[in-house]
Amino acid sequence: MQLSLTPDQEFFRDNTSKFLTERATPTEIRRLRDEPDGYDDRYWRQGAELGWTSLLVAEEHGGGSISGDGLGDLALVADEFGRHAAPGPLVPTNVVAGALSNLGADRHGDLLAGLLNGTSIASWGYLEPRPHQGLDDLALEIREDGSELVVRGIKRPVESAGRASHLLIAGRTGRGWTQILVPTDTEGISVWPMRTVDLTRRFAEVAFEDVRVPIEAAFGEVGGAAHQIERQFLQAVVMANAETVGAMQTAFAMTLEWAFDRYSFGRPLASYQELKHRFADMKTWLEAGHAISDMAAQAVSAGSPEATELASAAKAFLGQYGTELLQDCVQMHGGIGLTFEHDIHFYLRRVTLDRTLHGTPSEHRARIARIVSDHEDAA
Amino acid sequence: MSDGGSDRGHVAVQDGDMEDVASFRARAHTWIRENLAPAAAGASAGVLRNNSTDEEELDQVAHERRLQRKLFDAGFAGICFPKAYGGQGLSPAHQQAFNEELTGHEFPVRLQAPTISPCAAVILDFGTEEQKLAHLPAILKGDELWMQFLSEPSGGSDVAGAQTSAVRDGDEWVLNGSKVWTTGAWWSDWGLCLARTNWDVPKHRGLSVFMLPIRQPGVEVHRIEMLNGTKEFCQEFMTDVLVPDSDRIGEIDDGWTVGIRWMFHERMLHNSPFVTIPAGDAHAGIGASSVLRVARQSGRLDDPRVRDLVGEARMLHRTTEALQQRLTDGMRSGVMSDQSAAIGRLFSGVVSNRTNSIAFEIAGADGGAWTDDDGAITDCGSDFLMRQVSTIGGGTTEMARNVISERVLGMPRERTLDRDVPFRDVPRGGQP
Repeated sequence: MQLSLTPDQEFFRDNTSKFLTERATPTEIRRLRDEPDGYDDRYWRQGAELGWTSLLVAEEHGGGSISGDGLGDLALVADEFGRHAAPGPLVPTNVVAGALSNLGADRHGDLLAGLLNGTSIASWGYLEPRPHQGLDDLALEIREDGSELVVRGIKRPVESAGRASHLLIAGRTGRGWTQILVPTDTEGISVWPMRTVDLTRRFAEVAFEDVRVPIEAAFGEVGGAAHQIERQFLQAVVMANAETVGAMQTAFAMTLEWAFDRYSFGRPLASYQELKHRFADMKTWLEAGHAISDMAAQAVSAGSPEATELASAAKAFLGQYGTELLQDCVQMHGGIGLTFEHDIHFYLRRVTLDRTLHGTPSEHRARIARIVSDHEDAA
Repeated sequence: MSDGGSDRGHVAVQDGDMEDVASFRARAHTWIRENLAPAAAGASAGVLRNNSTDEEELDQVAHERRLQRKLFDAGFAGICFPKAYGGQGLSPAHQQAFNEELTGHEFPVRLQAPTISPCAAVILDFGTEEQKLAHLPAILKGDELWMQFLSEPSGGSDVAGAQTSAVRDGDEWVLNGSKVWTTGAWWSDWGLCLARTNWDVPKHRGLSVFMLPIRQPGVEVHRIEMLNGTKEFCQEFMTDVLVPDSDRIGEIDDGWTVGIRWMFHERMLHNSPFVTIPAGDAHAGIGASSVLRVARQSGRLDDPRVRDLVGEARMLHRTTEALQQRLTDGMRSGVMSDQSAAIGRLFSGVVSNRTNSIAFEIAGADGGAWTDDDGAITDCGSDFLMRQVSTIGGGTTEMARNVISERVLGMPRERTLDRDVPFRDVPRGGQP
């Protein structure tokens, strides 16, 4: 999280923090493990009232940012979600709300209003089944047929697809990219629940079997939506990064406290140099994680030419060092750290999930390599 | 505390009519392109490579002194030093703008660390008015090159355990002892020296700091040959060196107060607002761009394994930049303590090691045997042998981990046997 916030941002962040401290308690998170949606409707509506889904939406469409930098403000919410391992489909609802405001507020006013007040859920589908999980490699086909588009293929994992009234789906049309907004109950769409490492996030495999939608369902140009899809992807990466840093922050604080309280051989763990040095490493990863996450968020928000590279650098770094930090926190706790009773696994689950979504570290390293070698070729 | 103490921790801030950064940048942009040659290709490549003769080295030092003088005459030297001492009295943002404009051009690299930071920074923090006037303008003109007489052969990390002795004799001090790991002392002018002035008090309370000319009869400079053949590091032997009391910096026996600040400046390294260095060039040795050059030269840039390594090196590079920026902002605004500089030191050291290993890995068998025709790959193997320099030089990463865990995180201090004991009673190993 940024070192200095405006008083308005501080107030905003604090409201979400207090709300999550009260509502996303460890007891509640454990209870939600067995709930089909992984969150309560009332909780989500109250979160929406706090501004969780309005930050990427233009003011004239009922949204608005706190600081003028909506994505930066949203990163504060995502950071708090990480700090509390909070339930709720934060990333997909915001991506869709932002896209609606950008491209479809006139046609989908009701859906946007529902996302803003928390009564509707929509999800965003980008990743696909193996072997097509790599970024920039879409197999789902969106074919033009007269005044209709025909969709064939599979998206997975799609977050909260079982709850979503609409899905925003990216696919290929010939050599170009297209995305469509489609109601989940359209004929030919089937949703298959998946299992996941997280206790409160829910994912599904969504199959499209020659699903026909009117050509107006296209968001952006048919065959020319790559830029818009990339922009949404970068927003998702920024949110996942902030959430990972928040989870690292809480886990590190818990583990540091444990090191002071836990005694063995008559002295606290915190007094052993071997462990102190590992805490120093973890603190360094944590600060580096904050730094690159914030720098990437600002670059994406500002539309900087470096945004793609910085977002990938942040995602690759946090995917690798976020999970490394959490696993080392588990190690510091010993056996208790692997039990369901202890809370550390909430954060381990969250950083593990976020590492896999929106590009793994190796996928983002490949992206970075492409950017720097292309850049050199162009120079 | 000298009258310079009030400046401590803050760069000059002038009231009123400071030139705005944009106009300063525009002036710098024009001047740099009209007056400085493009950087020699691969000039900063590799790890402390031994690729010039002594004569060439001395020529280069002389050239850099002239470059520094050019900067001074044009009003671009000591951007964050007060005008009273030959600086420009501008802000870190001005220095940053200058550094960004400087990318791709020659600059006086040998005058930056340790001359301008930590040495000149320490003089600015603790020097008397006379001392500052005597040395800071001379440094900024390129007339004085400084070395840190800090580490000793008896112990690298235990800086406060210095055994070089300074004994008072009227208005002078008599120094005896040895210092080591001074880079380029054989072509330098002055040493900033930490010495023991009191052996009857615990180690931190019996130190003082002195300034002394290196070229004088009592100072013998030996060059140390490193495993790759470079002879830039030196060891000095001081025998009955006389230093006037007016060349003492800070109070008698209070040298550790100076020393703490000194090592802060050292850890800040190229993030110091005092240092002029092309932006993007701050991480000497093997960087992400040399990894890309090696990958291209190897013809393996299309190999997914190599691309993964190229991506990793670049990721670490961008993250290091972001971290240094966060730490600089945090320390400047007071949200983070000065001890947080150790976080940057640890991270950049570890990243540098990893990046070096990546370049070596991509080089393949050419890392073990090569010719001068191998371009970017040439000497990759020697660089790998010197890899650990980035986690040893400037304070080991083990010390940085101690500082982070104890001073930043507040974990219990390591037990030591030299605390609260007169230094003369502290157990010491055999002298090497």
